[in-house]
Amino acid sequence: MAIFPPAERHWWKEPVEKSEVLWVSIAFIWAIVMFLMMPIWHIYGDQNLANEAYRTTPEAFAAKAEAMVEKYTVREEGNTGIPVVAPPAGEDVYMIARLWEWWPILELEKGKTYRLHLSSMDWQHGFSLQPTNINVQVHPGYELVMTVTPNSTGEHAIVCNEFCGIGHHTMLGRIYVVDKK
Amino acid sequence: MALAAAFRTCPDTGFKIHLPAEKLIKWNAVAAVVFFLIGGIFGLLVALTRWPEVHLLPADLFYMALTAHGTLILVVWIIFFEVAILYFTSTVLLNNRLATPWLAWVGFWLMMVGTLVASYVIVIGEASVMFTSYVPMQAHPLFYLGLILFAVGALLAVCVFFGTLVIAKSERTYEGSLPLVTYGALVAAIIAVYTIASGAIILVPTWLWSMGYIGFIDPIMYKVVWWGFGHSSQQINVSAHIAVWYAIAAILFGAKPLSEKVSRSAFLLYILFLQIASAHHLLVEPGVSSEFKIWNTSYAMYLAVLGSMIHGLTVPGAIEAAQRKRGFNKGLFEWLRKAPWGNPVFSGMFLSLIFFGFLGGITGVTMGIEQVNLIIHNTIYVPGHFHGTVATGTTLAFMALSYWLVPTLFRRELFLPGLAKWQPYIFGFGMAGVALFLMGAGTLGVPRRHWDIAFNDATLDYAFSGAAQMLMALNGVSAVFGAVGGLIYVVVMVGTILVGKPKAAPAAKPAAAAAPPAGAGTVAHAGSAGTMAVPGTFVLVMIFFAVFALYYYVNWKYLAEIWMLN
Repeated sequence: MAIFPPAERHWWKEPVEKSEVLWVSIAFIWAIVMFLMMPIWHIYGDQNLANEAYRTTPEAFAAKAEAMVEKYTVREEGNTGIPVVAPPAGEDVYMIARLWEWWPILELEKGKTYRLHLSSMDWQHGFSLQPTNINVQVHPGYELVMTVTPNSTGEHAIVCNEFCGIGHHTMLGRIYVVDKK
Repeated sequence: MALAAAFRTCPDTGFKIHLPAEKLIKWNAVAAVVFFLIGGIFGLLVALTRWPEVHLLPADLFYMALTAHGTLILVVWIIFFEVAILYFTSTVLLNNRLATPWLAWVGFWLMMVGTLVASYVIVIGEASVMFTSYVPMQAHPLFYLGLILFAVGALLAVCVFFGTLVIAKSERTYEGSLPLVTYGALVAAIIAVYTIASGAIILVPTWLWSMGYIGFIDPIMYKVVWWGFGHSSQQINVSAHIAVWYAIAAILFGAKPLSEKVSRSAFLLYILFLQIASAHHLLVEPGVSSEFKIWNTSYAMYLAVLGSMIHGLTVPGAIEAAQRKRGFNKGLFEWLRKAPWGNPVFSGMFLSLIFFGFLGGITGVTMGIEQVNLIIHNTIYVPGHFHGTVATGTTLAFMALSYWLVPTLFRRELFLPGLAKWQPYIFGFGMAGVALFLMGAGTLGVPRRHWDIAFNDATLDYAFSGAAQMLMALNGVSAVFGAVGGLIYVVVMVGTILVGKPKAAPAAKPAAAAAPPAGAGTVAHAGSAGTMAVPGTFVLVMIFFAVFALYYYVNWKYLAEIWMLN
């Protein structure tokens, strides 16, 4: 019984029953398969988070984002005062996370590739692109670079899914994806 | 020395019980149950707020309640109960005395004061930073101090446990090797040491930072080290509740491990590999390389998962072997059908085993895949997963053990046994619903730790699908069920202790504790359970494996549908 010392003093010499050996073998092979799936997906899969990231400061990152906004703003979003920015494909695009907004709004083309830079001005935030459901963490002082190729058109929301204080639930952003002009 | 007078002999089991140890076991278990009640109420408030049609609390109270629920349940309830388990497995099971009871009391009161201090600042709204308290968000210094005091107290308890094992060895209170259950508790204690060390390494500087003595704490470094505490503390639970499963199988069925060697090796894999799963929380962070993520998130090639899959066979296998020996030999599953499903000790344990594997285990591995984490990170899928592990796994196992431990130690009959019989089902299925519905909603993108997914106060707008809203409502209904089950548990426990009928002394039982180890060197049969085959259990684990593999690849398929990221 498991609540008493092993009945067999030299328990480590006991042979192991067949079904246990079989199950341990199956489980071990499965473990290796699962382990290999991750590097295999890096080679053959299309959804891998790049390891590209830089140290930055809120000021430096904000300056880059503002330069992009100045250059590529196409309109304002309704009467919210938030610029909608449509940078050309292949361009570096920036999005600022801060209490409590994602700034600016982006307009991207379906099937085109962009280098999306994310960083926070203050606390940690969670970039959660809906409804396609892509989630990454955004830190202050770090600039994450994702190479994204949208495959769905329409209005996409960016929900903040890292708790960032009392206004957390109002922190919404937007990315428009349009078909090629 | 009046040492002999400090013991009583348990009339039910024949174990020698050290009275100072017994008192500590009781007090730690009682503290656990009290904080379970308080933390559970906060949990219910959280679930009712996230039920879109109910939306009970205002935002500030919601975030306060969520912080309190996480802290009290994930840390306080579980660690107090685990301290009780450590003292039980090192004294009662070994017919041993507790080392330095005074130090154990210092540990108890440090944990108590730490809990009260941290709870106080949370409840007054000065620490609504969530249980994880990610920097640079800052809580009141007393929040960190409370956690540090609690951790120091827990560390003292672990030291007392180690000292107690040394005494047992040197005073030869048992022969041969440690019982498997005590061995499992030892594994939990070893994991606890490096868990608490990680907590100290990050919480002490964060506390100093919150008072202005340190200027800066890097947010990624914080997460790496903090999760060495946060994730590993859940690995203590896994080891502890698996030890509890083995204990219950032994107590109810006289079950012997199929093979001591296999079960102990599986525990050993935990010591070696569980700690690095801190990386589960860093899979979508900037500045962490894929090599680091893949190696660590998989516990070095899933070797700790291998350990859990082994226990998944050996625990029910031990029960099957014992039941077949008693004659329940018909077909594949007579042993399981004829198990005591009306005894909450058994039903709680077996539901815990099933739910932990299917709801907690499979999903934990899947969301811990480096790439698949992209579609799961910080969605409400994550709380869904850990309600599968911590609520339906650990908590349900601890409840099951209490139905045996509390009447045995307090020498009282179980209060309201008719209600207790249903409790594991009500709590278990309620919390299983919570786990499933939250995971469903998370797959649809619903964020965790979010007061209002209708975004009524936001400048922009977004509407989650009707299915997501409905899953959140179903979660609310399940949480109410779970809460009723939790409340019944507390009522039965408190009732047993305060007004339970004193137990009549049973007819003299053979002193089970005196079971002698067999002579050395005669290793003729396969495993301690004999050559008993366990075909029913094997079918069960194959079903488990099929579900696991299917679910694993379905999530890869979901991943393949999102935007391309390369």
